[in-house]
Amino acid sequence: MIRLKSEREIGILRKSNELLARMHDLLEQYIEPGITTFELDRIAEDFVMRHQAIPAFKGYQGFPATLCTSINEQVVHGIPSKDVFLREGDIISIDSGVIFEGYYSDAARTHMVGVVSEETRRLCQVTEQSLWKAIAQCYPGNRIGDIGWAVESHAMEAGYQVVRDYVGHGIGRHLHELPNVPNYGPPGKGTELMEGLVLAIEPMVNRGTSEVEILEDGWTVVTADGSQSAHYEHSVAITSNGPLVLSESVSHPGFMTKQ
Amino acid sequence: MAKEEPIVMEGSIVEQLPNAMFRVELENGHQILAHISGKMRMHFIRILPGDKVSVEMSPYDLKRGRIIYREK
Repeated sequence: MIRLKSEREIGILRKSNELLARMHDLLEQYIEPGITTFELDRIAEDFVMRHQAIPAFKGYQGFPATLCTSINEQVVHGIPSKDVFLREGDIISIDSGVIFEGYYSDAARTHMVGVVSEETRRLCQVTEQSLWKAIAQCYPGNRIGDIGWAVESHAMEAGYQVVRDYVGHGIGRHLHELPNVPNYGPPGKGTELMEGLVLAIEPMVNRGTSEVEILEDGWTVVTADGSQSAHYEHSVAITSNGPLVLSESVSHPGFMTKQ
Repeated sequence: MAKEEPIVMEGSIVEQLPNAMFRVELENGHQILAHISGKMRMHFIRILPGDKVSVEMSPYDLKRGRIIYREK
């Protein structure tokens, strides 16, 4: 069942996502070689709790932390740890969510640590561009497949592959709601987009194969061939005028990667 | 092509009609004809004009719905 959100509910979702965006903005300042993912998680959790909100991921199906910290070949769901620290040239995708007044937010960013290779920077850039191209499809009357196709076509044009095993999703009173939002087409197919629909669109793009595996910890997802993977996510509400990017960064709206 | 999923929206009861039917005004302004769900009937849940309810609608007919939840 797909739940459409009223203006009032979208207002609360905006606040939830805005808080999440500010948390992401805060974390961005701490991204440097040497810091552990555990510290990032702690900073994030601190911030969320101080603002009268609850981390959405912690305890969800048993997940042990506030953030998913996924480095290089890790795609999603990396678990923060005191033993894992960032090094120059790494990319880390940080995914998190917040529950505010009963409504969930979900957003992710991939950060480049220090100076990265041109290839790596391009991966991040293309992935973020594919997210914005997908957001541009969010008008009433379009279909879910149009969103996925925007991601898939953009990534493949650049020579990359999209992850097919994990998808975006509706969001609202629950973290994961219908409809599913795959990162692939075909365009023109799938559920019709309607005003009041709130989607978490999350392109996951790999340098190599689209195949992924799960590590022994039962959570961390990695590319099957060890190639790097980038991940960006925004929660987007569909209004009569088009997309409303709820989780847009507060300190620097628009693109996060240098274009 | 797969069957379209039902959609759920919130609204409030405008008037009560015979046979457990209600006119509901959705939060987007549209008015629809809705009936009370069997589950709510079974549990004797009363609905009165002014109540805020959740309505499940088929995308094939957006003028009709089924009331599936009443807010406290």
